[in-house]
Amino acid sequence: MKQLLLGDEAIALGAINAGLSGVYAYPGTPSTEITEFIQGNKVAKERGIHSRWCTNEKTAMEAALGMSYAGKRTLVCMKHVGMNVCADAFVNSAITGVNGGLIVLAADDPSMHSSQNEQDSRFYGKFAMIPVFEPSNQQEAYDMVASAFDLSEALKEPVLLRIVTRLAHSRAAVEVGEPMEQNALNVAKESWVLLPGIARRKYAELLDKQAAMLSASEKSIYNKKEQAQGQKLGIVACGIAYNYVKENVGDDANILKVSQYPISPETIRAFAKENEALLVVEDGQPVMEEAIAGMVGADYPVKGRLTGDLPRTGELTPDNVAVALGKPAGPVFDNAKNVAGRPPQLCQGCGHRDVYAALNQVLAEYPDYRIFGDIGCYTLGALPPFQALASCVDMGASITMAKGAADAGLYPSVAVIGDSTFTHSGMTGLLDAVNDNSDITVVISDNLTTGMTGGQDSAGLNKYEAICKGLGVDPEHVRVVVPLPKNMPEITRVLKEEIEYHGVSVIIPRRECIQTAARHAREAKKAKEASK
Amino acid sequence: MKKDIILCGVGGQGILSIATIISEAATEAGINLKQAEVHGMSQRGGDVQSNLRLSTEKIYSDLIAQGSADVVISMEPMESLRYLPYLAKTGTIVTSSKPFINIPNYPEEEMLMTELDAMPSVVKLDIDSVAKDAGNARGANMVLLGMAAPFIEILTVEQLRKAISVVFARKGEAVVEANLKAFDCGVEASKK
Repeated sequence: MKQLLLGDEAIALGAINAGLSGVYAYPGTPSTEITEFIQGNKVAKERGIHSRWCTNEKTAMEAALGMSYAGKRTLVCMKHVGMNVCADAFVNSAITGVNGGLIVLAADDPSMHSSQNEQDSRFYGKFAMIPVFEPSNQQEAYDMVASAFDLSEALKEPVLLRIVTRLAHSRAAVEVGEPMEQNALNVAKESWVLLPGIARRKYAELLDKQAAMLSASEKSIYNKKEQAQGQKLGIVACGIAYNYVKENVGDDANILKVSQYPISPETIRAFAKENEALLVVEDGQPVMEEAIAGMVGADYPVKGRLTGDLPRTGELTPDNVAVALGKPAGPVFDNAKNVAGRPPQLCQGCGHRDVYAALNQVLAEYPDYRIFGDIGCYTLGALPPFQALASCVDMGASITMAKGAADAGLYPSVAVIGDSTFTHSGMTGLLDAVNDNSDITVVISDNLTTGMTGGQDSAGLNKYEAICKGLGVDPEHVRVVVPLPKNMPEITRVLKEEIEYHGVSVIIPRRECIQTAARHAREAKKAKEASK
Repeated sequence: MKKDIILCGVGGQGILSIATIISEAATEAGINLKQAEVHGMSQRGGDVQSNLRLSTEKIYSDLIAQGSADVVISMEPMESLRYLPYLAKTGTIVTSSKPFINIPNYPEEEMLMTELDAMPSVVKLDIDSVAKDAGNARGANMVLLGMAAPFIEILTVEQLRKAISVVFARKGEAVVEANLKAFDCGVEASKK
């Protein structure tokens, strides 16, 4: 049966049908829809597949490793920068190895549509020395999940599944099958205690498995060679890049399609020998281009992002791949003159707006103030009309950067962080600040949800005052306000008092996200009508 | 036959509903389809677009190449001009004529319209007024789809009507009828 699915949904359904027992994830564009699909799926509900959101990517990765230890198939999903958060657990899961199949899904965001960098997760696969799958289309995304679980269980290693925004958020018809049985509880027999003596032995085992990984890629149905008459250029097309190449050249090119890694140097050298030059087309960073340049020798021409044949940054498009292939451009209209940029902005009526209005009003009296921002909708406070933020770096960095700057003598040093981001990675930083009695003012702008990614559960819901007090913030300096324009006098008074207090203070402006509030109102209305 | 369509507008204007309906109609008709969209940060009142590719042949790229979109369907006039380099020289712009101004540097409306009218093939209409007159103020996107219907070609007007019925079915008969009415108004407007 064919179904119209987003790349993300194809992966979710592929996992359910491959006998998944649990998905562990923190929301992050463009990966969020995978977990959401599983949460809403009927079979997943009947089977009791775990799908509740986790506090962050590290807790997700570790919980998945635990489920794998118990013998079941599990999926961890995150956006690319989430790989940084879970890296400790991820890299070491290759050393422990796995029991039930474990897939780590990383959704990369070349061109940074909704991200702060365009790091390429394939580096993480290479770093951890595990197989990487990279689908070229939605059908492969669906099919690969089962293949990746099988390979993970055959090798007893985690497998990385890497996608990019344009696959995650693009729909196509996918041929889907029936759900297969889940694994039974089957706890790992051997020790996963990575004490040095055991870790050395396990690391040696991981190295021994490299040959099997190469051989799996050699036999992979996802890797293939296409040959055309009279062509001298060999095109190495990785993942989704294959589509942009095929769009331009059809069947009239020599192509090495790469959708499963690692690729052996012999395969690359053989392909190089059949051609006079290679063009490496890959979305993200020049991972394969660098590797291939090292395999074929300094005299052999290898073209790609490093040589400027493709742009060094940004996602691939049919257009920049056409240029790299030397295809003449057709006639196009010039850019229009009467077009202005239309950046995203905070919703009208959003509580974050009231928070920034109050902060800007109060802090105007202090010439040297800085507000350190964090990751979420409220990062848009950096743009007009508020222009309130000095920084936004990574999940949780607002509190710790405010602390470091205060340690250096900056005053007032203010952090603005969302509720979900605070539980993701802000709590530990707040503990550091408490222990140092740092002179910072932390604003936890609580909208009761993970707003930026579409309103997922917030892990610390209704627990924020308790968490802050539990970490040691003086209860007198944990203040809650309701961010509404009519409350501006009270909010500004509280902010002023806490900025004047020279220690750690936490202000929690709390009002539900207007998007989720509207959704909840609709659901309540529907429920009321249904009960009539 | 292939049709490459760029759907665009401002976050929250309902372009994804248009995409869903065209996708439903294409799937029902057995036409190959790819539909790329961007979620996340760009939805918050910023510019949004979706690349919709329909073809009787296999489709590789999820993205439309420059100079090859057959139709740009836009909920907002300035947004329709944002994608000019993607429009084929023979392509058509189908757009709402009513500016949505949420930025301080929105272009002079008269200059914007002059540039738009200078394009070889443009259909524009105050879809909000038409939707309101049809008694469905929230159906402006369906008016726009109706206006665009004759240019989609690979799907018939009837196929699109049927898809509207299917997509809105779970919201009840009244919603389906209101959206079909808005769509029909758009089709009529396009003939003028």
